[in-house]
Amino acid sequence: MSLLGLANLTKSFGGLMAVNEVSFDVEDGSIVGLIGPNGAGKTTVFNLITGNYRSDRGMVRFEGKDITNWITHRIVKLGIARTFQTIRLFQNLSVLENVLAGCHCRMGSGSLAAMLRTPGERREEKAALARALDELAFVGLAGQEMQLAKNLSYGSQRLLEIARALSSEPRLVILDEPAGGMNGQETEALIGTIRQIQQRGITVLLIEHDMSLVMKACEKIVVLEYGTKIAEGPPEAIQGDPKVIEAYLGMED
Amino acid sequence: MKYKMYIYGVIFTVLAVAPYFLNPYWVDVLNNVGLYAILGLSLNLIVGHAGIFNLGHAAFFAVGAYTAAILNTLCGIPVLWLLPVCAITAGLFAGIISRPIIHLRGDYLCIVTIGVGEILRIALTNDIFGLTGGPNGIFGISRPAVFGYVIRKPHDFYYLIGTFLTVTIFLFHRLENSRFGRAVNYLREDETAAEGSGIDTSHYKLAVFVLGAAWAGMAGDIFAAKMTIIAPESFNFWESVVMFAIVILGGSGSIPGVLLGSVLFVGLPEVFRDFANARMLIFGAAMVVMMIVRTEGLLPQRPRSYALPETQKAGGSP
Repeated sequence: MSLLGLANLTKSFGGLMAVNEVSFDVEDGSIVGLIGPNGAGKTTVFNLITGNYRSDRGMVRFEGKDITNWITHRIVKLGIARTFQTIRLFQNLSVLENVLAGCHCRMGSGSLAAMLRTPGERREEKAALARALDELAFVGLAGQEMQLAKNLSYGSQRLLEIARALSSEPRLVILDEPAGGMNGQETEALIGTIRQIQQRGITVLLIEHDMSLVMKACEKIVVLEYGTKIAEGPPEAIQGDPKVIEAYLGMED
Repeated sequence: MKYKMYIYGVIFTVLAVAPYFLNPYWVDVLNNVGLYAILGLSLNLIVGHAGIFNLGHAAFFAVGAYTAAILNTLCGIPVLWLLPVCAITAGLFAGIISRPIIHLRGDYLCIVTIGVGEILRIALTNDIFGLTGGPNGIFGISRPAVFGYVIRKPHDFYYLIGTFLTVTIFLFHRLENSRFGRAVNYLREDETAAEGSGIDTSHYKLAVFVLGAAWAGMAGDIFAAKMTIIAPESFNFWESVVMFAIVILGGSGSIPGVLLGSVLFVGLPEVFRDFANARMLIFGAAMVVMMIVRTEGLLPQRPRSYALPETQKAGGSP
């Protein structure tokens, strides 16, 4: 069953066609990779799915619901969480509070409940704290709860972004270059984490330049070049696709 | 952590008995410090916690004060009963004006809030709707009464303002350490990331703005009751600047910081009255030095503490 479906999604910035008539499906429970040379429009596709940009044309469907151009926080609440290519953590807040941000949309207490500290509010806070600690343990950041986010290593910051996304209890998590800035060993561990995310029943859509990660982790790969989809299929088929090879290697001197 | 509670306890006790040892002049200075502390704390929600630069906070203070003055003098409603009414009018005013401007970025929003403050002050000066009494303002606001006891002397007001301030600190402390408090901090740190984490950023911006304004409105009610006469000049741009500076200098997002800021800003100039004009010079120089050497304020916001399980606590803190 298709969890996320893109149909003829189009976005241009001025005269530049960033995303041109892109369509593909993400099956429920799968790991899908979105690859392409720099500037192919991968991140723009992500920003269109998560409502950071408004699309010019086309449709985004999630669980059969048309979510095109919904406002971002509603999309998160519906079950799509994301990480950012350029790390966007709350740098001056603790690691734990960064993860609690993800829990926010599953909580309901407002300012009045906070000032009165109602029993419901206390229960909710306790549950959120437990959940946040679980997610930190899941990505391997247990024991660093009270550090400030900015004091973490680059690789750990990427993991923290994943933990924050997961704590919003998503059905689909979108990872924008999760291995960016990681060394080989960290990338290996990340592949394990991504598979574990899948085992939890969460669908994964990711952008990645590290081909070993993409080929190892993804079940399906979508290739973009100049904003247009040029190929789609399982890793083996993509590796042998002449159009993909041309896109990546064609400009070789 | 423990010694801190003792320090706060001692300060609280000293302040509770202070009026018995001070003359009315100094009690009145402390009253002003208290009022500015309440205003500072309300602005701290907006500026310190949410990172929304608001340089027009005196406008909401004014709306509260004028609401109290008009309803008290025209309808004879006791001023303390008007506290919730003042909160509502100031909050409503903030909601209406912030709706179209709240999406503006830091510096732009800042300029707009200055404009709003000035527009309101000029409107009040021009006797808008024939209710505000023009440049002379409104006089004859009745004294507040608690269970029949009329609050008249500075000493009486000291306890009224002190109670209000204590309640404010108590409630705002809880608010800071909650889902709401965290949400506005996420907003300040990175709006895009906050929205991407599932936080309704425009809702929280509006909510924190209205809440801060409503609190300033209540402070306005107390102010009107204390002065018995209010005029537009009490709510000029300088007042907004003082409130803003109290927050920034004391420590954005920090309750102890804002309290210290109001003592320094409102109390200290009285102590140095002997130096006459030089005091403002010293004051300005101190501010410049502060902003260079301690940009986050005198008592910066501290990370919230959470009840972590023992195992995590052990290896947790850096």
